[in-house]
Parts: sequence; C-alpha cells; structure tokens
Amino acid sequence: MTAALPLVLTVFVACAVEAIEALTIVLAAGLTRQWRSTFQGMAAALVVLAAIVGVLGPTITLLPLTALRLVVGALLAIFGLQWLRKAILRAAGYKALHDEASAYLREVAAAKAAPEVAKRGVSDWYAFTLTFKGVLLEGLEVVFIVITFGGNQHNLGAAVVGAAIAVVVVTVTGIVVRAPLAKVPENALKFAVGIMLTSFGTFWGAEGAGVTWPGNDAALLVLVPVVAVVSLGCAAWLRRAHRVNTAAGPQAQVSQAEGVTS
Amino acid sequence: MLRALKSFGAFWYDFVIGDDWHVAAIVVAALALTALLVHVAGVNAWWLLPLAGFAALVWSLHRATSGKS
Repeated sequence: MTAALPLVLTVFVACAVEAIEALTIVLAAGLTRQWRSTFQGMAAALVVLAAIVGVLGPTITLLPLTALRLVVGALLAIFGLQWLRKAILRAAGYKALHDEASAYLREVAAAKAAPEVAKRGVSDWYAFTLTFKGVLLEGLEVVFIVITFGGNQHNLGAAVVGAAIAVVVVTVTGIVVRAPLAKVPENALKFAVGIMLTSFGTFWGAEGAGVTWPGNDAALLVLVPVVAVVSLGCAAWLRRAHRVNTAAGPQAQVSQAEGVTS
Repeated sequence: MLRALKSFGAFWYDFVIGDDWHVAAIVVAALALTALLVHVAGVNAWWLLPLAGFAALVWSLHRATSGKS
C-alpha cells in the first residue's frame, strides 16, 4: 500500500480538480432547474464513464509494457505540459484565474433562460443534457488519468481508489456547503497536477523509447522537483514581464492580451 | 454523419493536443530522436526528453505572451 501511495495521491489531486468543475455544473443544474433530471444526467454520464474504464482498463494492461509506456508517456507529457502552460499563464496574470463562483453564475443564468422541455422519459431535457455533458467531459479527464497511471503502474485498483476518494470528498463537501467550491486553490492544484503529469509522462515516455534512467525509479525523485523549479521559474519570469508591460501602458497590455489565445 | 465525425475529432484534438500543437510535435519528435539515439547510436539519451519538454514549454509560453500564437 505504501508503494501505491504516490499513485493514489497523484490521481486523487488530479481527479479532485475535475470533480470540483463537474460539481459546479451539477449544482447549477440541480438548484436552478430540477434535481431529478440532473441526477439522471449524472447517472447516465457515470454509466458511460464506467463502461469506458471497464473496456479500456483491462485492455491497456494487456499491451506490452514498453509500447504502453511509450504511448502513455507521450500522451501524459503532452497533456501535462498543456496543463502547466495554462497554470503558468494564469499564475502570471496573462489568463484569468479559473473562478468556480463566476462559472457557476454563468451556468445559472443560462439554465434560467432555457425552456423546460420533456424528452425521452426525462422531465427536464436541459438539466439532463447539461449535467450529462459536464460530468462526461470532466470525467473523461479522470478516466484518462486513472487508466494511464494505473495501467503504467500495473495497479489500476489503486488509481481507481484515488479517483473514487476524490469524487466522494468533493461530492460530500458540495452537499454540505450547497455551493460551488470557490475557495479551493484550483490553479495551485492544477499547477501541481501539471508537474506530476509532465514528470511521470517524461519518465515513462523516455523509458518506452529505450533509455535507462540514472538511478532507475529514483530518477523521479529528481525529475519532479526539477520540473517544479522550471515551471515556477517560468511563472516568476512571466509575472515580472507582465508587471513591466502593465506599467508600460495600455497599448502593451492590448498586444499581450491578443497573444494569449486561450 | 460527417459533422459528428468532425466534432468527435475536434474534441479529441482539443482534449489531447490542447491550445498549442507545437508542444505535442516537439514531444513526439524528441521521443523519436531518443529512440533513434538509444537503438541506432547506442546513446542512453535520458536527458533529451526533459530538455525538449522544457524548451517546448518556454517557447510556447513566449509565443502565447508575445502575440505570435
């Protein structure tokens, strides 16, 4: 169990971030529209996600380890670098911080404006589809992380446990506070997850390509802090540049904003 | 049907590749080069992928904040 702890923790943090985003959508649909259709949409999405894990999980563990590490490592490294890129741009002020409170207000406004239509045995089709899409999209990221981390470590069970704890903790907290979890430092969590995904992806990808890491698995103990230091360095560098450009005047800010596409 | 396929492809492209395809291209190229160095030249190039990843990140951030992407 001790050996599986880093795996459980990594999956837990990554999945908690996604669960918080899904919770915002579920609360917006449930509190604004109706809970019955919201739960139906959530249940339908969870069935689809369970089916994906049920099919892909056992299949991925049958692949040869080298090929698995190469493909999964590449995907994780790409995925992790994209998370880091967004987290650094947010930390430096080039991109707005992800704010669950304003995301919730946007969803509520859209939910209030939509008409209530019954369809295919569901009394509120809008609440159903909003929840289904939200939970499915956020859940796909959870599934991706669970399958890649669990498959690579040959411990799908531990990865599923980490994800399940995250979903339960976020759901229970959401039920207790009955509001989006706006106080959770989401960007810091995403930053940490980006560092873990990039580090593990780099480690497994390079192993899959045939390299032998100095110190074998212990190389991760160096790789994770190095990725963290480089990422924090990038955030500090961009934060300073952003301050200098902001002080230089609105013209510089406009040209910067045009450069940040997402 | 075609539209559904297009949106399915667009979803997976956005899901995996994200905002800057250059990052994905650099990672894939670095992995291919690593495999070549290991299997053809006999060089244990463990350092190549981390360096390529850092370079891709810095370059992508520079492009995003200087109006080039």
